[in-house]
Amino acid sequence: MAFRKTTSPTAREDMISGYLFIAPALIVLTLFVFWPIVQIIWLSFHEWSVITPEKPWVGLENYRNLTKTRDFPIALRNTVWLSVGVVPIQTLIGLFLAVIANQKIRGRGFFRMAFYFPSISSTVVISVIFLWMYQQNGLINFILRKVGLPTPMPPWMSNPNGVIAMALKPLGVDHLNPWLAGPSVALLSIMMMIIWTSVGGTMVIFLAGLQGLSQDVYEAAALDGATATQQFWQITVPLLKPIIFFVVTLGLIGTFQVFDQIFVMSQGAPAKTTLTLGYLVYQEGFTNFAMGYASAIAIALFLIILAIYFVQRSVLRTDQ
Amino acid sequence: MDPLVLTESTIPDLKESRPRGRVSQALLIVGFIVLVIVALIMFVPFLFSLATSFKTPPDATKLTFRTMFWPPAPTLDAYRTAFDSNIGRWFLNSALVAVVWIVGRIAMDTLAGYAFARMHFPGRDLIFTLMLATMMIPGIVLIIPRFILLQHLHLLNTYGALTVPFLADVFGIFLMKQFFESIPLDLEEAARIDGASRYQIFRTIVLPNTIPALSALAIFSFQGSWNNFVEPVIFISGGNTNLYTLPVGLANFKSLYLTNWPVLMAIAVITTVPMALFFLVFQRYFISGNLVSGIKG
Repeated sequence: MAFRKTTSPTAREDMISGYLFIAPALIVLTLFVFWPIVQIIWLSFHEWSVITPEKPWVGLENYRNLTKTRDFPIALRNTVWLSVGVVPIQTLIGLFLAVIANQKIRGRGFFRMAFYFPSISSTVVISVIFLWMYQQNGLINFILRKVGLPTPMPPWMSNPNGVIAMALKPLGVDHLNPWLAGPSVALLSIMMMIIWTSVGGTMVIFLAGLQGLSQDVYEAAALDGATATQQFWQITVPLLKPIIFFVVTLGLIGTFQVFDQIFVMSQGAPAKTTLTLGYLVYQEGFTNFAMGYASAIAIALFLIILAIYFVQRSVLRTDQ
Repeated sequence: MDPLVLTESTIPDLKESRPRGRVSQALLIVGFIVLVIVALIMFVPFLFSLATSFKTPPDATKLTFRTMFWPPAPTLDAYRTAFDSNIGRWFLNSALVAVVWIVGRIAMDTLAGYAFARMHFPGRDLIFTLMLATMMIPGIVLIIPRFILLQHLHLLNTYGALTVPFLADVFGIFLMKQFFESIPLDLEEAARIDGASRYQIFRTIVLPNTIPALSALAIFSFQGSWNNFVEPVIFISGGNTNLYTLPVGLANFKSLYLTNWPVLMAIAVITTVPMALFFLVFQRYFISGNLVSGIKG
C-alpha cells in the first residue's frame, strides 16, 4: 500500500482497524471459499486422484468426457426433470397457501409454523422418514390400498420406470427416447418429498410479499366489482412478479444441487434414474477417485446455476 | 453483482403479519379446511416416525388404522439400541460443533459486518462484492478442493474438518452489515468526538445494541451446523464413528439397520427434537431469516 500524505490520523486508524476487523473472516473465506474456487478450475484440467501421486495435466480432456461418458448426460437429464417437476409445483402451492393464509383465518400463525417446520428440519432425517414411508409395507402404500388406489410395482424407491412412458403405455406408445420417458417413479418419489419439504418456505416468502401489497388497489378493484379470482390473477400475480421470479430462481438453484436426499435414499439407483449432478460430483470424486473429472462436473453444475441466476436478473431488468 | 437476496426494496419486513383481503365467509371456510388438510400432510411423516420409534420391528411393518400413529405395545427398545450404539456421542458432537459455529460466526461475522458497514478502507466494496458473489455457490461444487485443502492441513477426520471451514460465512456478514447500517450513527459519532477508539466504540456502544441481530445469527448458525451434511459425511470417513454428527450417524446407520425402522426413527426423533424446540422458541427469527437469506448453504 502506497503511503499517502493526505491520509489523516483518523482515516489511517480507520483503515487499519477496518482491515483488522475483517481479517479473521477474510482468512477463513479465502481458505475455504476463494481458494477452492481457483483450485477447482485448475483441478479440472488435471487427472487427479488422491490415491496416485502423479497428477498429469490433461487439458480439456475432463470436459470432453462430460459428453462422452454416459453418466453425465443421465445425471443432467435426471436433474433437469427433478427441477422442472419440483419448481413450478412448489411455487404454485406456496403461492396458493400464502393467499389463503393471508386471509382472516383462525390460527394463521400456527399454520405458518406447521408448514415451515419441514424446511428447517434435517434433510437426512426427512429422507430417512420418507424412505420408510415409501417401503412396500410403509405408510404410503398402506393408505393407497385402504383408499382402493393401486400401488406402484416395483415399489416406489426401487421402480426405474419413467412416469411419462408408463402413462403412455396403454396408448400403445413403446420405446420412448429416455429424455421423454420422464422421471422414474423413484425420482418422482424424491421430487414429491422435496415439494413437501419446500412449500412452507415458498409460502412464507409469498406471505411477506402479500403483506406489502397496498390495500387500495384491492379496494378499488372490489368497488369495480372484480371477483376474488380476477383480483388474484390481475392484481396479486402481476404485483408479486419479482417475488415469483425470486422463488423460482431459488427453487431452480436448490433443485440443481440436490445431494443429501440421493445419498441417503438411493445412491442414484435404481438403474441410475435418481443420479443427480450433485451426487455425480461425489460419486466420481470420492468413490471413483476421479477428482479432476468430478471438478469438471462441479464447474458445469456451477455454470448452470450461474446461467439461471443471470437469466432471472436480465428478465427482471427488461421487465422494469 | 447483487447477491440473491431480497432487499428491503423488494420485500417489506414481516414484523407482525396482519390479515388482509376480504373474501366471503364461505371461501374463508374452504380456505381453513385446505390449511387444515395441508397441516395434516405436514405432520403425518413426523407423527409416523415418532410412533414407529416406540414400536418393535415386527409391529412397525404391520400397519392398521389403529397402529398407524400409535404403537400397539409401546416400547423403548429402539431408543435403547440407539444409545447402545454411539448416538450419545453423536449428539454431543453435533452440540459441540454447533457451539463452535455459533461462537466463530458471532465473533468473525460481527467484526467483519461492522467494518463493512462503518469503516472506510481501500478495497472495501470490492471485497464485499466478491464475498456476495460466492453466496450462491453450493457446498457440493467446492467439496473437492476443500477436501484436498483439509487433507494438506491434516484436518480430515478431526473436529477441525467439521468446524474450521465454517467459522465465518458470507450470509452472516451480510446480515450483520445490514443490521449495523440500520442503527443511527449519532451515538457512535458522539463517542468518537469524545476520543473513543474504534474498538472502544464497537465494544461499549455498538455491541450492547446488537443482541437481537446476534441472536438471529446464532440461530441461523445453529440451524446450519445441526443440519449440515455434505461436508461432514465426506470429511469424516466411515470408520470414525466417534466423530459422526447426528445426520452423518443416521445416514450411516441406515445401511447397518436397513430394516430396523424403529431404531432409525428413534435417531430421527432424537435429531429433530432439539431443532423443534429451538424453532418453537425462536420461530420469528427463523422465518425472517428465510426472507433475507438467498441460499441455505
